Amino acid sequence: MQIDNYLIRQTSLEKLFNNLIGNGKTVFAPQASEKRILFEKVKAFSEITDNYLVTTNAAKSVVFPRTEKLFSYKKTKETTEITDASTEAVPEVVLWGTRPCDAAAFIPLTDTFNGDYPDILYNNRRGKVYLLSFSCATCDEYCFCTSVNGSPGNTAGSDILFTKLSTGDYLAEVITEKGKKLVAENQTLFEAAPEEEKEPNLAKVKTYFNQDEIQAKLQNLFENPVWDEKSRACLGCGSCAFVCPVCSCFDIQDEKHGSKGTRLRCWDSCGFSLFTLHTSGHNPRETQGARWRQRILHKFLYMPDKSKVAGCVGCGRCSRVCPADINILETVTSI
Amino acid sequence: MNNPNIYIPYLMRIEKITQEAPGVKTFRLKFENKQEAEEFEFKAGQFGEYSIVGVGESTFCIASSPTRKGYIECTFRQVGRVTSALASAEEGDVIGFRGPYGNTFPIDEWKGKNLVFIAGGIALPPMRCVIWNALDLRENFEDITIVYGARTVADLVYKHELEEWGNRPDIKLVTTVDPGGETPDWKGEIGFVPSVLEKVAPSAENTIAIVCGPPIMIKFTFPVLEKLGFADHNIYTTLENRMKCGFGKCGRCNVGEKYVCIDGPVFSGEELKLLPAEY
Ligand SMILES: Cc1cc2nc3c(=O)[nH]c(=O)nc-3n(C[C@H](O)[C@H](O)[C@H](O)COP(=O)(O)OP(=O)(O)OC[C@H]3O[C@@H](n4cnc5c(N)ncnc54)[C@H](O)[C@@H]3O)c2cc1C
Ligand code: SF4
Ligand code: SF4
Ligand code: FES
Repeated sequence: MQIDNYLIRQTSLEKLFNNLIGNGKTVFAPQASEKRILFEKVKAFSEITDNYLVTTNAAKSVVFPRTEKLFSYKKTKETTEITDASTEAVPEVVLWGTRPCDAAAFIPLTDTFNGDYPDILYNNRRGKVYLLSFSCATCDEYCFCTSVNGSPGNTAGSDILFTKLSTGDYLAEVITEKGKKLVAENQTLFEAAPEEEKEPNLAKVKTYFNQDEIQAKLQNLFENPVWDEKSRACLGCGSCAFVCPVCSCFDIQDEKHGSKGTRLRCWDSCGFSLFTLHTSGHNPRETQGARWRQRILHKFLYMPDKSKVAGCVGCGRCSRVCPADINILETVTSI
Repeated sequence: MNNPNIYIPYLMRIEKITQEAPGVKTFRLKFENKQEAEEFEFKAGQFGEYSIVGVGESTFCIASSPTRKGYIECTFRQVGRVTSALASAEEGDVIGFRGPYGNTFPIDEWKGKNLVFIAGGIALPPMRCVIWNALDLRENFEDITIVYGARTVADLVYKHELEEWGNRPDIKLVTTVDPGGETPDWKGEIGFVPSVLEKVAPSAENTIAIVCGPPIMIKFTFPVLEKLGFADHNIYTTLENRMKCGFGKCGRCNVGEKYVCIDGPVFSGEELKLLPAEY
């Protein structure tokens, strides 16, 4: 699709925000708390911070909640009645302030929840999400989007991408139908495209590796000491998976209250020792090294083999959050 | 499945419960919804998620043959929380079932061949489905041999069917129990499945071998088959990695790049050799 360029004044961003709220949309945006910046539901423009690199948590919970009802049931003497959770209305959600890596992460995430078995719960939510991303002007040593086919000004996945220019105003690249719809609803706020180039306003993210080369190398790396070596300090806490915008492994659990209850889908992680444990006690992934290998191979080999897109967008969240200082970039570049 | 929400199970009424062995039961299940019953189709080798709402889901293969319409059966061993809840269900109760999932035994490709079924312990259910499928189409196949073993005589499942198969002139049935597991009137073999198989020594000529059992049995059976001259592509087995979703999303059942729930559970010996040891 042809990308339309506009200028939006710094002062108009708040108007855009207010219009979105006024139109009944729920807005999630980066909000500063004591130590962290989190994607949270916001009601006023003043609650949003623009002083952040990436949020600590990923925006995925908007389409893939941490726990989600699949259905509810009621058991009677005679039978069981099931109420489908996918018929419940889901709100229109604007993700305001996603980074280009966050937006790109929705591509592999959507792949996972589709294929031969389209997941209507995910798709219902995803269909109602608008992604208004902001390019990155800064990066840190954990960022590596340019190694996984991304960039600090990448438009893939976003509906609109804003890039702050030297004047303080923004270049608005309108990428999708959804983006165009928002522009049409807020026409007066979008002015003729600026003259200024986008590129000089973007962070310079070092390219550490080439994803295709890593993919090729991993083909023959299943049995390798690197997995144990790099995961020796791993606590198996699962934080890396929970903050990852692409990780989508889940568990299915039932919750019961008397004769009623729900079946839930809950985030899970391949890093947990119980993840693959058979009831017999046998565990196909016995060691933390085997689990770390699964995480790397899934993201950098299995996913790109299957759908051409890697399962990592280089946001660096997992490495920033890891209590054992395990660094995915360090593992991948050591291969 | 016709429900757009892929997590919603069919409601199934337990029509009949058979106690097969200590801790092992077979459920015959009928669809509560007539239309669902009519539309439901599956093939030998496929599995499903059986559930008690409020407790959870558990993965079993469909143990009845696709040639027997109107119901499905599963045979399971009580080992954990969900299987315990299922084991305490009674005839007439309603349980949940999602499926069928996974690939199938390529039974159409086996036309005109001899079949050797080798099973150990509770692993007869996935095999039973394909055995009955083959027996219901008996004229399509040459010799059919079944080698089945369990720890003790009491642990043998499908006792009535074993008797029926044993009496049929068109099947060669060999049953065995582990040393010490025999009873005074036991007429079958005594010994582990791989060594009994070696003794039975089925010809590998124009023959397909189907092997299901605990990992240890599989491990020792493959070399015997190799010795008997079976090529890897003429051997089939099933893998049982822990599952949740059954349709390639929850991320826990993969062996290397292959998802047991989608690419399996049926694998040929040839495919198995290419897989990393992650099962
Ligand atoms: C393709 C396939 C076919 C199979 N066919 C058969 C068959 O025909 N017959 C048969 O008997 N078996 C079969 N099995 C094995 C069978 O699925 C398991 O034996 C059975 O699911 C385990 O029993 P359970 O659910 O009661 O175990 P539980 O251990 O009670 O597990 C139930 C659920 O509770 C949760 N849970 C339990 N313990 C923990 C824990 N410590 N931490 C977190 N969560 C936990 C998990 O979500 C788990 O799924 C098959 C398996 C596969 C993969
Ligand atoms: S694996 Fe780490 S760096 Fe890659 S997308 Fe997930 S959180 Fe970001
Ligand atoms: S966050 Fe670090 S310690 Fe926790 S599971 Fe991930 S790699 Fe291991
Ligand atoms: S059982 Fe969920 S991915 Fe295979």
